[in-house]
Amino acid sequence: MMHPRFTLPFLMVAASTAVAADYSRDIQPLFAEHCLECHGPDDSKGGLVLTSREAALKELKSGAKGIVPGDVAASSLIERVMTHDLEDRMPPKAKKPLKAHEVELLKAWIKDGAKFDQHWAYKPVVQPKVEGSGHPIDTFVHAKLAEKKIESSPEADRHTLIKRVHYDVLGLPPTIAEVDAFLANKSPKAYEAMVDRALSSPHYGERWGRHWLDAARYADSDGYEKDRARPDAWRYRDWVIRAVNDDLPFDQFTIEQIAGDLLPDATPEQIVATAFHRQTLTNTEGGTDQEQFRIEAVMDRTETTGAVWLGLTVGCARCHTHKYDQITHKEYYQLFAYYNNGDEVTKQVPTSPEDWNEYVKANGDAAKKLVPLQKQLDAAKAALPTKLPEWEKGVQAKLAEARKLKTKASYTPLDITSLEAKSKTKFKKLPDGSQLATGKAPKTDTYTLELAPTTQHLVSVKLEVLPDDSLPSKGPGRSNNGNFVLSEFKLLRGPNLTKAIEVPLHSPKAGFEQKGFAASATQDGNGGTGWAVNGQTGKPHHLTFQLIEPLKASEKLFVRLDQDYSKSTEHTLGRFRLLGSSEITEESIAPADVVKILGEEPKRRNPVVIMPLWAWLEKVDPDVVATTKALEDAKAKLPKPPLMDARVIAQRSTSPRATHLLHRGDFLQPAEEVKPGTLAVLPKTSGSTRLDFAKWLVSAENPLTPRVTVNHIWGKLFGEGLVTTAADFGVRGAKPTHPELLDYLAAEFMKQGWSRKKLLRLILTSATYKQESKHRAEMLEIDPKNTLLWRQNRLRVEGEIVRDLTLAAAGLLSPKIGGPSVFPPMPADVAALSYAGNFSWKTSPGSDRYRRGLYTFFKRTAPHPDLTTFDCPDANTTNVKRTVSNTPLQALTTLNAEAYAEAAQALAKNVLQASKDDTARLNQALRLCITRPGSVRELKALRSLLEESRTYYRTHPDEAKTALAPHAAPGIPAEENAAWVTVARIILNMDEFITRE
Amino acid sequence: MNPIEHQILQTRREFLTTSANGVGMMGLGALLAQEGILTADTVANADPLQPREPHFPAKAKNCIFIFMEGGPSQMDLFDPKPKLNELNGQPLPDSMTKNVRFAFIRKETARLMGSKRVFKKHGQSGMEFSDLLPNMARHADDWLMIRSLHTDQFNHHPGQLVLHCGRAQFGLPTVGSWLNYGLGSMSKNLPGYVVLSAGRGTSGGASLWQSGFLPSSYAGVLFRNQGEPVLNLKNPPGIPMALQRKGLDALMELNQSRYDQFRDPEIASRIAAYELAFRMQAAAPELIDIKDEDAKTLEMYGVNRADAQIKASRGGGPGQYKAFATNCLLARRLVERGVRFVSIMHASWDHHSNLDNELAYNAGMADQPIAALLTDLKQRGLLDDTMVVFGSEFGRTPLGENRGGNPDATGRDHHPFAFTMLAAGGGLKGGLTYGETDEIGWGIVRDPVDLHDFHATMLNQFGFDHLKLTHRFSGRDFRLTDVSGRVIKEWIA
Repeated sequence: MMHPRFTLPFLMVAASTAVAADYSRDIQPLFAEHCLECHGPDDSKGGLVLTSREAALKELKSGAKGIVPGDVAASSLIERVMTHDLEDRMPPKAKKPLKAHEVELLKAWIKDGAKFDQHWAYKPVVQPKVEGSGHPIDTFVHAKLAEKKIESSPEADRHTLIKRVHYDVLGLPPTIAEVDAFLANKSPKAYEAMVDRALSSPHYGERWGRHWLDAARYADSDGYEKDRARPDAWRYRDWVIRAVNDDLPFDQFTIEQIAGDLLPDATPEQIVATAFHRQTLTNTEGGTDQEQFRIEAVMDRTETTGAVWLGLTVGCARCHTHKYDQITHKEYYQLFAYYNNGDEVTKQVPTSPEDWNEYVKANGDAAKKLVPLQKQLDAAKAALPTKLPEWEKGVQAKLAEARKLKTKASYTPLDITSLEAKSKTKFKKLPDGSQLATGKAPKTDTYTLELAPTTQHLVSVKLEVLPDDSLPSKGPGRSNNGNFVLSEFKLLRGPNLTKAIEVPLHSPKAGFEQKGFAASATQDGNGGTGWAVNGQTGKPHHLTFQLIEPLKASEKLFVRLDQDYSKSTEHTLGRFRLLGSSEITEESIAPADVVKILGEEPKRRNPVVIMPLWAWLEKVDPDVVATTKALEDAKAKLPKPPLMDARVIAQRSTSPRATHLLHRGDFLQPAEEVKPGTLAVLPKTSGSTRLDFAKWLVSAENPLTPRVTVNHIWGKLFGEGLVTTAADFGVRGAKPTHPELLDYLAAEFMKQGWSRKKLLRLILTSATYKQESKHRAEMLEIDPKNTLLWRQNRLRVEGEIVRDLTLAAAGLLSPKIGGPSVFPPMPADVAALSYAGNFSWKTSPGSDRYRRGLYTFFKRTAPHPDLTTFDCPDANTTNVKRTVSNTPLQALTTLNAEAYAEAAQALAKNVLQASKDDTARLNQALRLCITRPGSVRELKALRSLLEESRTYYRTHPDEAKTALAPHAAPGIPAEENAAWVTVARIILNMDEFITRE
Repeated sequence: MNPIEHQILQTRREFLTTSANGVGMMGLGALLAQEGILTADTVANADPLQPREPHFPAKAKNCIFIFMEGGPSQMDLFDPKPKLNELNGQPLPDSMTKNVRFAFIRKETARLMGSKRVFKKHGQSGMEFSDLLPNMARHADDWLMIRSLHTDQFNHHPGQLVLHCGRAQFGLPTVGSWLNYGLGSMSKNLPGYVVLSAGRGTSGGASLWQSGFLPSSYAGVLFRNQGEPVLNLKNPPGIPMALQRKGLDALMELNQSRYDQFRDPEIASRIAAYELAFRMQAAAPELIDIKDEDAKTLEMYGVNRADAQIKASRGGGPGQYKAFATNCLLARRLVERGVRFVSIMHASWDHHSNLDNELAYNAGMADQPIAALLTDLKQRGLLDDTMVVFGSEFGRTPLGENRGGNPDATGRDHHPFAFTMLAAGGGLKGGLTYGETDEIGWGIVRDPVDLHDFHATMLNQFGFDHLKLTHRFSGRDFRLTDVSGRVIKEWIA
């Protein structure tokens, strides 16, 4: 099916026309392929509609009847598909005519009463009875084979079995000890015990979690253009690994990811789970319309849900009613409506449940109190977007007023009633109201000023620093060169200094600032930084601040001037005064970057552009301010809690959006309003929330989710699902090869509490799974693709696993599970080719170089080539079935890429240390990689390579030395060591190693 | 025959012991099929790039797709608008901008911005080029100039997806992937789809050469500008090519042994892949080693030119003149070696400000090497079946860009409604200027061309009915032209 020449329509050829035709098997696909475009949900040319019996039996515009049940001759449909008159023939002459056997099928079907059965996938799941006492899977598979008189293949040998199970369940090779133990175990339950052991390993969650991450289109970056990093994305990945390891029942697993935020008393883990649908792409390109990309993301959520749970190509109904399946254009937007009010938000969550439990254990009830406080803060922050329009109205009015009046600050001196220094510095008040420091200048100092109650509003304050002849180099500072460093400036209000609270300020601005000593440093809470004026000493300077909330008159105020800069000497203030202004100016209303955003149309404010505005709102919104303070106060008494920000989905709390059908899928063309709802062909749902939808997906009545899910799992273990079109269970998708088996498994899956581990165990213990995978000559004609499962399939493992196996066999793999993404070696220029070269790849130090492939940082526009070369999906859309290619670039990767080259060195080192003679060492290497020792033929080939390599390196000793770093074997001559590196490298490239068997 | 090739043939003979005839230079997949090891259906698996016949005889066999990322200004390069110069500084009537969206322009204060460029007619055809492209203009009679392209996306990354994949959607194959999928590759030692890059990274990154739902065999392979041309081409330190060959011989024996037991064609396919990899290790360095090109050729392309002394920053920093010229030369070498699709990317032409300088810088970089490429292809008889495309995701506005209300526009915003692309060779009509925009270059007044039409016509030249080059994915037969596209007959020579 790789090339158009080979892409033949998939035809179900009836064995004989005398056999009755089945609607869903034979007729519906035929209609779908040839007729529905003009006679389907969207069009009824000539009055003929072929989607239901009722519609199809109606009289046509011509007065004839298209279909008369039982009467082929009276059915004009048959006449039209058979006529030789090209003008009259259906399908129209531009299209291919029906084939003779297709016409026969149609005739047979009409003769039989023209029954419109439901498409198989929409029928309820009914668990078929299993005949006999054998393994249910084998019973179904063997029955089919028996029909064709085909023998199944014998059970694979034990080396193969343990390798197969470990590759499938863990994505890691079994250790030599594990293999030996399995071989030695003579119990009839040895295989089951080995399977159970594998299923209980925490690496199982990594292996099967990664399958799910494909479906979740998981990545560590935004996707579009700048493709910014998502530093918290890994937290969802950890959730998946944990959920899979804990065997979280698949129904619950579903509900938490689709609507965890809507569960009563949602736990932080349930909140994190919603990040499944935060994996959509984000476009922060300048000038984008944010509504366009929000809708794009909601569409992706809708379509991903369709593909992953329902196995339906829902996306085909985005612009118009589905051409083949029963999904109308309107129904698409009904599904869309469930997601339309789930927005991306940032929430604080524990870095892991374990970290959090430990923290609570260590810090008791005080720690527990952080959770509700954190929730309150999250809620206050989450409300900001809905508060924004109202808030903005007020601010825009103020800005307009200030611009109209062109108000400027007008500063008058503030009366300093008392002034004290922490040091022995004394002050002399000068006629202009300024204060001059006298006495010996200290290294650092703090001045505390008390001001006379204000006489009018206070909108902004100004600190003037002034030159004076009494100061070194005329000041205004007291250092030799007249400089100072003002590390912090604080304005406080209250009846007295001890009770005074800070007045929040913004937009610190200096007339002049020394490089590296900016005005903003006076507000960073860091005594080591500050404002200074070197280069312009001996002159007056000033620094202004705006009050976030202007103060009314008659406030008692204090000012603290911290001068803590200790890297140099005597950088304290010499002469200064303080002034105030009561004019509301553009500058006083909000910081310049916020004003700039407010000048942009709201739809242009993409997530990056808008950041300063959110930061500002968090400072001015009373709810956020209050909840922040409450949380900070509670935190202050505790060690730093293990909390982090995570982007998740949360329901819009106010002003919910109405959903409209979008004409041609264009967000600029909204049409009629639609309410949330599911598909008419599937069981009804009563609710309209996202949570209702999630529950509906995994309700016992929905036949698709269990079928689709067991099919995914089957597909990972056999290379093909029982339905080969894993993402398409619609009428154009493949029919199940073993329909009864599929339904048996779907029903059993639900019966066993949606446990994936139990389902896996069931499949892994079947003889069907345990068969050999050798091709058999006699089957080449009968069933070349192994559709009937007369053998197992050989499968090349995924890109991540190729790397994992290599590192594991070499003994390099870090077993660490979970945590932030890592950066294994990658050539710098690969990352540099991302947008405007804005991304640099800094190789992780230490054991993070050798983590499993699923932890590699995945940048969508510049993914690690070792992964994509092996068909790792691009994470831009959901993927439930990877393509498998076999290319020269893959060969170059495993032969030459840095990680693989290192693995060859490490494997050589291992075997050189483990045994003494060549054969033992070769077998050791083979057993580490492919579980079994070598055959005579294999050992001969490897020995010959070893000898040739030895010969080469004996004459090229310098080259040998370069082949060893960083994993040279101690005590082994370089020539010998290098010869083994070349051999280890070839063993690591064996097809058998990167293939399941 | 060089020793490496000789060795490959030897070992392959060993592998195909039942083969009576020599193996020539046929694809290994075909050989395996001949041996009865693979059925016709699995040949594609063994060698998905095996050459194949298109739907009907093709005019074009190879494509060099020069992607100038960001949206070069058509009214400063290809589409002169004297009226725009007259109206310089005037606002547009509201009616024209009413339902129009911009990336950065603020409608209220936007003003038309004339061009400082001087245009002249060139060649027999009288095709117009601005003074920034004197060399490309010499090929006026080879170029097809399309002035009436339009697209539905006005942001870079989505627009680039339309240009490369037909739709602003992720997960679709690019034109290059489709052509390799349809035709296979004539190159035995190099990938069928090569990406060469200069300037800074494009907005689209790897999404502009991924194979989408097609197998990754059809994805573009990025050739690097530094170090080894293909990632992982060099053996690890201390492992010489001699031992590489010995190692691969041993590996072939190991895999052959497995094959003998399992008879799985995928193993044969793996063996083939390793042999191709080995050949690529020799062929790729040979490809980028331009020592054997004569001085005249190097000079024609401008490989050793210095960067222009123009203050510009968007073109990607120092060294781009050399890098771009080298890429154009490499493109010819790749096509000579049978590589089906070469993508030359350069970023960026996104001139929101400082347009006069930035555009002069970029045009100076592109003009001489692209002209040289045409000359060179022509003199080697390669232009007939090589299609050269010059284009971008959209064009630029006749309005000056007043981002943030700034009245002093020095650049132009994104313009999806009318823009220009060029194409030459591959059976297209040279000297034809197709389509027409209105007198300020805002909209199209004659012969509008959708990018789907462009793609449909491209595929036509490669022997494909764009309606029939499809791939079934997720229940749908996908094609490059989505649900539209028409072949524009007037373009065909």
